[in-house]
Amino acid sequence: MSAPTTMSSLTAPRGSRRVTDVVVRGLVYLSGVIAVVPLVWILITIISKGLPVILSAAWWTQDLAGTTDRRAGGGALHAIIGTLEIGLITAVVAVPIAVLGAIFLIEYARGTRLARGVSFMVDILSGIPSIVAALFVFAFLITILHFDRSAIAAALSLVLLMLPTVLRSTEEMLKLVPDSLREAAYALGIPKWRTILTVVIPTAFSGIATGVVLGLARVMGETAPLLILVAYARNLYLSPTSDTMATLPTMINTGRDVAETLAGYDRVWGAALTLILLVMGLNLLARWIARAGRLKDR
Amino acid sequence: MADESSPAVETTDETSTLASPTSPRSPLEAAVSSPLQLDHVGHAGDNSFRGAAYAAAFVVVALVAFVGVFLAVIAWPSLSRNTVPFLTSTVWNVSGTEMAFGIAGLLWTTVLSSVVAMILAVPIAVGTALLVTHYVPPKLGSIIGFVIDLLAAVPSIIFGLWGLKVLGPALGPLYDWLQRTLGWIPLFSKGVDSTGNVLTASVVLAIMILPIVSAMSRDVFRQTPPDHIEAALALGATKWEMIRTAVIPYGRSGVIAASMLGLGRALGETVAVMIILSQTNTPGINVSLFSGGETFASKIANNAAEFDSPAKTGAYIAAGLVLFLVTFAVNAIARLVADRRPRS
Repeated sequence: MSAPTTMSSLTAPRGSRRVTDVVVRGLVYLSGVIAVVPLVWILITIISKGLPVILSAAWWTQDLAGTTDRRAGGGALHAIIGTLEIGLITAVVAVPIAVLGAIFLIEYARGTRLARGVSFMVDILSGIPSIVAALFVFAFLITILHFDRSAIAAALSLVLLMLPTVLRSTEEMLKLVPDSLREAAYALGIPKWRTILTVVIPTAFSGIATGVVLGLARVMGETAPLLILVAYARNLYLSPTSDTMATLPTMINTGRDVAETLAGYDRVWGAALTLILLVMGLNLLARWIARAGRLKDR
Repeated sequence: MADESSPAVETTDETSTLASPTSPRSPLEAAVSSPLQLDHVGHAGDNSFRGAAYAAAFVVVALVAFVGVFLAVIAWPSLSRNTVPFLTSTVWNVSGTEMAFGIAGLLWTTVLSSVVAMILAVPIAVGTALLVTHYVPPKLGSIIGFVIDLLAAVPSIIFGLWGLKVLGPALGPLYDWLQRTLGWIPLFSKGVDSTGNVLTASVVLAIMILPIVSAMSRDVFRQTPPDHIEAALALGATKWEMIRTAVIPYGRSGVIAASMLGLGRALGETVAVMIILSQTNTPGINVSLFSGGETFASKIANNAAEFDSPAKTGAYIAAGLVLFLVTFAVNAIARLVADRRPRS
């Protein structure tokens, strides 16, 4: 490495240092490429196999009653409705607890040891595997209280998974609400609870909505609790207390071993594409809400 | 998750613990605010709203405690009827009257698949985090970050389906080659015939935890103090030397915490692993990456239909309890490591 002595060669790194730098740069770019491959691969697979199935009107308007894996036709209406219904029940239970929990952490106990303890428990809750959440609900509702399996039981186990997601994003948002707003409300003689409801929550609303939508996306894609707590059926069941209700994840799971030549195999990919559209759609919606909210704050 | 204890918050903490450990600040607040209050319209509302907020916090804490307690209560009768040592046995026979179940095999497959997933995912995640924060322009960086984050939105059943039908068969030739050349190492010895082996599960788990590890690493790398970066560059460091001396030391504990969170996620992942791994009847522990097997989570999910008698259910719940304790420990360590992060 005998470079000519110009100004730049005096300052630029030479030899092994330069080689290492270039090699690392290459590896860093390579890791970026590797990281993007799976998503693209998954999306191409699912779209190419699932798109023909979901383009038919019957897919969105019929259930699979009366069909078999050998026969084409029918649709995923039963599973779509089931997924939405269980998601909705989960949100109705989880969101109030999550928002109040975040209000506790930020408005009532901010900076205290108690808040830190609760916050730690939220972290633990967000790390609980879905199968453990499902076993907990099974142990409590079914083994101890002798209820039957039901869509509500599945929704209750999903509450454990949705709660920390919504709580964290609400908490982050409440943290960003400036104290001057709270103080202005107190100065007007408004009690704390009304300040929270009429000043703090509306200011943080977009963040809370983002958290709710992200939480919904997470629980609608969950499978494990549904396997344990509610049975799959090919028919549309609407009652939340019934022990059978189809959902998109369990529809995929039930059909995963169908032979490739049968119509049921195509329907599995159709259900996968429907589920991914639903979940990705919710994720994009959450990002859009977050961005719209941020612009308004400015 | 790690940024709530800023210095300002920590000082309030000290003063409030002096006042009262259970309902901090409230006596002080009441004393100050009541003489100033012009009318008492708000009190009933204030009290009930405060009560609701405390109740919600209590629910969160109680849920975590209940999960442990209820699983233990249901598992206990079955554990006491167990005829083999629970932690070290590899048999699983719960249908007869003689119950014999042990988790050694499950523990091995769970830990092996998750650790391999972590080994595969962490370098890529750190690489992408560096790429996004220090190599490409911020605009392009946020696009790459967005694409990786979208990966986190893919439901696990889809990962499972894709791993079983597409990824596994695609990796088949690589598996054959690995078994031929490295087969003398027990870890790479001949396993099941299908590609539904531990390695396929690990690759899929790696893809699943990549966005988590990558997003958290990105956050810590982005917070590297500019002074450190500029100082390194002023001393003539190359970009890599700057990263090695400024970015990595600052972000190390954040990356470790992120990896632990990823590990926790991989340990508990259920459906993707359940779909991919072929169940084997080989007794004992399957050492090889190319063997099938079952993890805690996939064992439980695979046998959901068998939860008909309390004794049988109890055996699976005992396995679930171990999984809960392991993930609890891993997540708690992640949280402690994250809290010890250096601050600028």
